[in-house]
Amino acid sequence: MNELVWIFISALLINNFVLAYFLGLCPFLGVSQRLETAFRLGLATIFVMLITALCAWLLNTYILIYAPYLRLISFIVVIASTVQFIEMVIKKLSPGLFKALGIFLPLITTNCAILGLAIFATNKGYGFIQGMTYALGAGLGFTLALVLMAGLREETELAEVPRLIKGTAMNLIIAGILSMAFMGFAGLFSAA
Amino acid sequence: MPEKKQDAYQEFIKGLWRDNPVFVQVLGMCPMLAVTNSAMNALVMGGATFFVLVASSFFVSSLKNWIPKQVRISTYIIIIATFVTVTDFTLEALMPKVHKELGAFIPLIVANCMILGRQEAFAARNSVRFAVVDALGMASGFLFALFSLGAVRELLGEGALFGYKLFSENFEPWVIMILPPGGFITLGLLLLFFNWLKERKDRLAQQLDQMEIEAP
Amino acid sequence: MKVSEPGSSRLVATLGLAGLLSGLIIVSVFEATLPTITAYKAKVLQEAVFKVLPGSTQLQRLVYRDGRLTPVEEVGKGEEFVFGGQDAQGVLVGYAIPGSGPGFQDTIRLLYGYQPKQRKVVGMEILESRETPGLGDKIYKDAEFVSNFDALSVEPEIVTVKRGAKAAPNEVDAITGATISSKAVVRIINQANQQWLQRF
Repeated sequence: MNELVWIFISALLINNFVLAYFLGLCPFLGVSQRLETAFRLGLATIFVMLITALCAWLLNTYILIYAPYLRLISFIVVIASTVQFIEMVIKKLSPGLFKALGIFLPLITTNCAILGLAIFATNKGYGFIQGMTYALGAGLGFTLALVLMAGLREETELAEVPRLIKGTAMNLIIAGILSMAFMGFAGLFSAA
Repeated sequence: MPEKKQDAYQEFIKGLWRDNPVFVQVLGMCPMLAVTNSAMNALVMGGATFFVLVASSFFVSSLKNWIPKQVRISTYIIIIATFVTVTDFTLEALMPKVHKELGAFIPLIVANCMILGRQEAFAARNSVRFAVVDALGMASGFLFALFSLGAVRELLGEGALFGYKLFSENFEPWVIMILPPGGFITLGLLLLFFNWLKERKDRLAQQLDQMEIEAP
Repeated sequence: MKVSEPGSSRLVATLGLAGLLSGLIIVSVFEATLPTITAYKAKVLQEAVFKVLPGSTQLQRLVYRDGRLTPVEEVGKGEEFVFGGQDAQGVLVGYAIPGSGPGFQDTIRLLYGYQPKQRKVVGMEILESRETPGLGDKIYKDAEFVSNFDALSVEPEIVTVKRGAKAAPNEVDAITGATISSKAVVRIINQANQQWLQRF
C-alpha cells in the first residue's frame, strides 16, 4: 500500500512528467493558451495513459518476455491502434464525450509522455496495479502542470512584456519557475 | 516544394542555422531537454538523433515511390523505430555508462516530432541526395542546439565541461542549472538570444533598404 | 481512403513487408550486441557484490524457498533474492542484499554486504538514484559517508545521527545538507534487514 502511495505521489508531484522529465512539452507549450482547453486535454491524456499502462502491461507480461527486442515497435503500434479503436467506439457510443475529448485523442497518441509512460513503467518493472497507479499519477500530474501553465498564460496575455521575449521564450522561463516550485515537493515522502 | 534550383549548400545551412529545428522552429524538444544536463550526454543524444534522422531520411526518400500514400505515416514510424532500436542496442553495447544515464530517453527519440516532420515535409518529396543533405543539415542543427544547451548547463551547473573542471575551487556551481528548471530557463534564454539576432538582422536589412531608396 | 487506387491488400502487404524487414534488422542487431551487453551487466553486478563484500571472489544467487536459502541459476519473476559471496576456497564470506525505497527525489536502489557472524554491515553501494547533484548525490560520491557502512552493527537497528556525532557502532553520520537522503539510505537498509536477517 505504502509503495502505491509513493508511486502515485512521485509521478504526480516529485517527478512530474512535464516539469521534471520534460515529457509532453509539445502540448504543454502548444495547447496551454486557454484554461478550459488545457483541462480537457489533461482529462483526455489521463484516459489515454490508463489505456497505455494496460497495453504495456499486457504486452510485457504475455508477449515481450519472448521477444524483448520488439518492445519499442510493439508499444508504438499497439498504443496507437488501441487509442484509435477507442476513439471510434466513443464516437459511436457517446457523441457528447467524443466532442469533449475526442478531438484531442489523435494529438495525444503522438505525445512523448505516452510512450515515456510505457517505457518508464517497463523499466521500473511495475506490475498491473503499480502500472495503473503510475499512469493515474502521471496523468494527473500532466493535467496539473498544464492547467497551472494555462492559468499563468491567461494572465500574462494581458501583461505588457518586451516584444522579443513574448511567446515561447517567456513560456519556457515561466515553466522553469514552475519546475523550481515543484522541486519543493522533493523529500515529501522520505522526510519524517 | 517549388522546383526551383536546389542548392545543396543552402539546404544544409538552412537546417544548421536559419531554420534551426530547436532555436527557430522549437521542435523536438520533448524528450531531449532532460538529457542536456551535461555536454557529453547532450552530444551522445544528439549523435543518436543524427544517425536516426539521416538513416530514416535516406530510406524514406529511396522508397518513396513504393510506399502507398495511405500507409505512409505508419511506414515512416516503423522505419524510424527500427533505427532507434538499433541505436539503442548499439549504444548499450559500446558505451554502457552513457547509455545508463540516458536510459529511457533513447527510445523516446521515436517521439521526436522533428524526425517524423522531416520525413513528411521533405524526404518524401525530394530526391535521395537532397533528402540526405537536408537531414544532415537538420541533424547538425539539432546536435548543435543540444550541445549548446548541454555545455551551458554543465559549465554553470558544475563548473566543468566534459567532466573537466574549468574554474578554480572558489566557483560555487549553480546546481539549479543541471536540474530540470535550468533546462527550461536555459532554453528560454537561448531562444531569446536567437530572437534578438533575428530582429537585429531584420532591422539591418530594413536600414539597408531605406538607404538604397534614399540614395538615388 | 475510399477512392484511392491501391487496393487494401497492397497496403497490408507494404506494412507487412516493412514490419518484416524491420524485425529482421532489429533481431540481427539484437543478437550481435546481446553478448556484450549481458557480459557488461554481469561484470557490473559482480564488481558491486565483491565491493560490498570484501574478500569475496565468487557469487551465487540465493532465494528463500520453503523456509531456507536455496542457490538458484535463474531467479523466478517477482521472487526476492540475495547474493551469497564466497572466497577463493568456497567459504561463505557473507550476503549481498539488494534494497530499494523512496529517496529525496526518486527511488534509490542499493546493494549492501552483510556478515552474519559479526552481525555487521560491511559495505554499501548505490546502484541507482536521482538525488540532488552536489547534496544528495553525496550518498555515493562522499567517501566518508560510504565508509560509515564498512563496519556497522545492525543491532538493535541502524540509526542516523548528526555529522560527527557517531559514537555507537550502530550509528551513521548523516551528510550535512542531505539529511533526508542519508536517512533514506539507512531506512532502506533497515527495512531489508527486517526481511532478511532472521533467514540467515
